[in-house]
Amino acid sequence: MDLLRFITAGSVDDGKSTLIGRLLYDTKNILADQMEAIERASKTRNTGEIDLALLTDGLRSEREQGITIDVAYKYFQTPNRKFISIDAPGHIQYTRNMVTGASNADLAIILVDARHGVVEQTRRHSLIASMLGIPHVIVAINKMDLVGNSEDAFLEIAKSYTDLAQKLSIRDLTIIPVSALNGDNIVDRSVNMNWYTGETLLQVLETVNVLKDQNQDDGRFAVQYVIRPQTEELHDYRGYAGRIQSGTFKKGDLIKVLPSEQESKIAKIEFGGNEIEEASVLESVTILLEDDIDISRGDSIVSLNNSPIVSQDIEALVCWMDDKKQLKAGNKYVLQHGTARSRCSIRDIEYQIDINSYEKLDAESLKLNDVARIVLRTAQPVAYDPYQKNRANGAAILIDETSNVTVGACMIE
Amino acid sequence: MSISVKEASGITTYRSTPDYLDQLEAEAIYIMREVAGQFERPALLFSGGKDSITLVRLAQKAFAPGKIPFPLVHVDTGHNFIEAIEYRDELAEKIGAKLVVRYVEDTIKAKGLKEQTGKNASRNWLQTFTLLDTIEEFEFDACIGGARRDEEKARAKERIFSFRDEFGQWDPKRQRPELWNLFNGRIQKGENVRVFPISNWTELDVWAYLKREGITLPSIYFSHERELILRDGKLLNNTPVIETDPEDQIVTRQVRFRTVGDMTCTAAVESSAATLDEVIAEITISRISERGETRIDDQQTEAAMEDRKKGGYF
Repeated sequence: MDLLRFITAGSVDDGKSTLIGRLLYDTKNILADQMEAIERASKTRNTGEIDLALLTDGLRSEREQGITIDVAYKYFQTPNRKFISIDAPGHIQYTRNMVTGASNADLAIILVDARHGVVEQTRRHSLIASMLGIPHVIVAINKMDLVGNSEDAFLEIAKSYTDLAQKLSIRDLTIIPVSALNGDNIVDRSVNMNWYTGETLLQVLETVNVLKDQNQDDGRFAVQYVIRPQTEELHDYRGYAGRIQSGTFKKGDLIKVLPSEQESKIAKIEFGGNEIEEASVLESVTILLEDDIDISRGDSIVSLNNSPIVSQDIEALVCWMDDKKQLKAGNKYVLQHGTARSRCSIRDIEYQIDINSYEKLDAESLKLNDVARIVLRTAQPVAYDPYQKNRANGAAILIDETSNVTVGACMIE
Repeated sequence: MSISVKEASGITTYRSTPDYLDQLEAEAIYIMREVAGQFERPALLFSGGKDSITLVRLAQKAFAPGKIPFPLVHVDTGHNFIEAIEYRDELAEKIGAKLVVRYVEDTIKAKGLKEQTGKNASRNWLQTFTLLDTIEEFEFDACIGGARRDEEKARAKERIFSFRDEFGQWDPKRQRPELWNLFNGRIQKGENVRVFPISNWTELDVWAYLKREGITLPSIYFSHERELILRDGKLLNNTPVIETDPEDQIVTRQVRFRTVGDMTCTAAVESSAATLDEVIAEITISRISERGETRIDDQQTEAAMEDRKKGGYF
């Protein structure tokens, strides 16, 4: 059984929390005491009906305001798969949280209110899903019960969404009519929408192939830590600890260390102190080389005949996340890419992207939630792949040197 | 490890999808190594409970064949189960780890703190003072903990690298965005980061992992006969550190502990599960959550954990 991470995004009141609550409830993942707590809390509120949204609204301020203010994680499973649900807030000023949640997601569920169709937030969430390279997108057209479960209403919204998706790079799109409140087409097939013959939401969640999404071609390994026990019996042991970012490595492979360009051969791969034949994407292993060369945290080990780009000049899409300071050309930050950190300066804001109209705009500076294409120069060379080709080796963050806060999410182009 | 086979063509194909336990393990090992790579003086908060036992195994695998490059730290309330304390000492010795123990009792004396009194008195809150003092004493810049997001709703919102200010406080509204697997551990002197490598594990995942790894646990996790205090439907260990009153009943039951914390706030569950397999079977069909069943400290208010964390709790 494997693991799927998915994010849900939608406008305020699209019923996101209700949808997650419904998924948990219909897959029997809500425990008795949690259900009782929700029943208790529901009674003290308005209608007295059981509010499945209360399952995911965790913090006190969220319960008081009835909104989700931060990224929340829920865990559940069915006989076929384990799921991590990432609940990203829909409130307009919290776009940075959706980017955060989307960065680790295999799949995005974008909620659309059947009464309102594709709105500004839908365009925004779709752009983020596409920009962050989420391989699979499900558009759940919710509250179908409020438009009389009408097939025409569904087809109209589906058509306008498909038009929108053509402007983006969404690889795998599924559109499903649902009612989270009534449980239609979430886990169980709707009896109110017999005209819909496609898969239910859970069927898609259980069957999308996420293994195929991983880059299995380009051997990339960022060194996190050098293991040197320096005991008598392990006097000369020098192991490079890290996680395979993409591709596969095996004993005997010819490799190159970046940015130093030194070449060597893999002597051994170990996991938990035991030798293994080979290691592939996402595995945390230790690599030993035949030659004694100088390697430290921040260096990359890559396949000899398949090299990433090594450069100090980088162009990237950035989502700006700082609510205090703006990004401007000339500003300096720390760029963290893989396990490497380098100082960098912003050379230029090429253009800002209007996340609703997708138009390119001129911009002098970026404020919280702005998305733009920027040019930056780093103090040390960075060994990267374009993000859309290799998520793990094309992602980077910008850190403010004085506050140490993460202020930008970069997708290197 | 995922299983991959070489076919005649020389192309690697996957015989099966990677197992979720392998995925969770690889992620946790990656996080452990980030801590060792990014910080100068990390520590692993160890209680003798199943979650921190899991952390120790992950740390061993992360740094093998070397030793774990940071100490195990335990904040002892003086009200811990003897079985957990013995297990802690034996494990530290067996794996050759440095063990640091600091006592809440000493903090109470040194600071002249007032302990709670009465039948529901607990030193749970006081642990925070000892923890913060210990962090200061050793200048720990990162503390690895075994908290999981499925445990509790405030924890579900916490980052894997959770920034704490110089007073040890967590501010849920000002958390650093955490993107991809790029953890930002940059801090100023005096600040620290709490790191939760098994954030994405569930209770059942922990048990499945302990079973797969063949790890022995403190005996209190398995069914045994014990004398207990029956109070408000919960079974507490009958020990001098818990004050009783006439409404409490002393009973003898076949129980096990589902979580192992301070005795004053950890309840036993009636169970005949005597092996890992039986425990896993029991949890799988259980309809009550881990903390809901056993933790008295979370049930005082709807936001009990959120408030404790803001004050510097684990």
